[in-house]
Amino acid sequence: MQKFFLSMLSLPFLMLLSSCYADTQYPVKEVISGIYYHQGVHEEPAESNIGAIANVGFIIGEQCVAVIDSGGSYLEGSYLRQAIKNTTKLPICYVINTHVHPDHIFGNAAFKDDQPTYVGHEKLAAAIAAREGYFAKTFEVTLGKAYTGTEFISPTLTASIDKPITINLGNRELILTAYSTSHTDHDLTVLDSKTKTLWTGDLLFMGRIPVMDGSINGWIKTMTQMQTMDINFLIPGHGEASSDKWQQGLKKQLDYFTLLRDEIRVIIEDLGTIDQASKEVGILEQNSWELFEHYHRRNVTASFVQLEWE
Amino acid sequence: MFSRILTLLIISLTFFNVSAYAATPSEPLWPTLKTAYFGDTEIREDANDLLVIEAPKRAEDAAIVPITVKSLVAQTADKYIKNIHIVIDNNPEPYSANFSLSPELGLIDISTRMRVDQYTFVRAIAEMNDGSLHMVSRFVKASGGCSAPAGKDAAAALARLGKMQIRMRKPTVGKPVQAQVIVSHPNYNGLQFDQKSRLYIDAHYVKNVAISYNDKPLISVDTGISVSEDPSIRFTFTPTEAGALSANVVDSKGQKFSHSKDI
Repeated sequence: MQKFFLSMLSLPFLMLLSSCYADTQYPVKEVISGIYYHQGVHEEPAESNIGAIANVGFIIGEQCVAVIDSGGSYLEGSYLRQAIKNTTKLPICYVINTHVHPDHIFGNAAFKDDQPTYVGHEKLAAAIAAREGYFAKTFEVTLGKAYTGTEFISPTLTASIDKPITINLGNRELILTAYSTSHTDHDLTVLDSKTKTLWTGDLLFMGRIPVMDGSINGWIKTMTQMQTMDINFLIPGHGEASSDKWQQGLKKQLDYFTLLRDEIRVIIEDLGTIDQASKEVGILEQNSWELFEHYHRRNVTASFVQLEWE
Repeated sequence: MFSRILTLLIISLTFFNVSAYAATPSEPLWPTLKTAYFGDTEIREDANDLLVIEAPKRAEDAAIVPITVKSLVAQTADKYIKNIHIVIDNNPEPYSANFSLSPELGLIDISTRMRVDQYTFVRAIAEMNDGSLHMVSRFVKASGGCSAPAGKDAAAALARLGKMQIRMRKPTVGKPVQAQVIVSHPNYNGLQFDQKSRLYIDAHYVKNVAISYNDKPLISVDTGISVSEDPSIRFTFTPTEAGALSANVVDSKGQKFSHSKDI
């Protein structure tokens, strides 16, 4: 009996130990020459995973390095920075944020000493301002110690819709494209023109259920256009980078939102409710995605109120 | 000995759960809110014989949480629910809506959509024509992850401002019909940021939605910043003769929008 209680008591401490994140547990993988990423886990953000749930990484040119998404906490940002320092002696000149979500921007402050130019969509600053109070309050609790040091840093260099910008890392040009409302109202992609490698940010989720925080119709349109892209490698916002798996991932994501839209339209037409839609729509998809139960109903709810205005 | 082990066990379990509870404010706000909004009037709690409140267990999208209130006793001229007040304890402005209801509505079935960004009680307080107060409540957990009460596409919301819809499911004279009034409005709560001016946008929200049938008022709702973007009011009523259902909307800047639909 006493042994049982003792083992119960030691559990929290074991959990504490396992939550300590050593440098060796922050691997970065080289996708193609000079392009590295750390693959996020398909989990909800927590202190135990330091918010490292999204794909983040960097591209090395001949003169300097660009960070693409900085991590889900200050702590992840500092691990990413250390991984860069372990790989190259070149300075970090850009920190690019693909969009506002915590798992992509919370590491920004870890790069302050490098004095990089922070880069994003022209609407990113507004999106940060609208959310930072809420994010700070919520994620200080969710991420615990990993959050300490996190700051909200807005971009000083921005790209506008239909006006891509190019940055040069030294014989390596990156084309940054700003999108009209899709996953969010300020999605940005990064294309390494030398290797035709595309970082999509959260325009593409693989494995983990996508989250719609922009426009269902806009995102469907963007995904349809992405199907014909001429690229060699793709690094999605979540899931594995590849040259040959993303096409299937993109189709799966497009099919998911198309199904949602079709089924929601029928319910709206019949004056059905959000509650009804969130119980009925897309249920057969539940075994196809990780974290389905966390975000599917949210996707239905958010899509429903948009599709009422078609 | 046993009590000591128990205490330790409780401590260790508390350790497990601490993150789940940390977002819940430590002090219950309701006693203060009750006095602020309803003074000394007694409120009968758990009035499950009169009212039902429906809300999701978890706010799937913090910006859009559907809330429905139904009555279990039909309205009569002698005894009817005059108002239903909606209070969301932990919202920036807890007093969220006040539905003024006609005695001719029959059974009450009203829904709207609210912003709920943290763990909170959502309450519906029915005020009878005799002035007595009866309450039902539901606890709603906050949404997870990247959900924020901010709008998803501010530009799109503003572009549609004032556009209205009245939707009904096959209306027939003499039979109860479900109807929905939606007005496209950003319902800015004063916490949104404008990129061009780099200033916070003043609160700009729908203040009142008045719904009437052949000019006889059915429902009038005073609304505030807790109400979601594109405010939606759903309700059931019985058209007793052919006519027009109309809705008039006034916002906090005095802008007026209206729409009507024939049955």
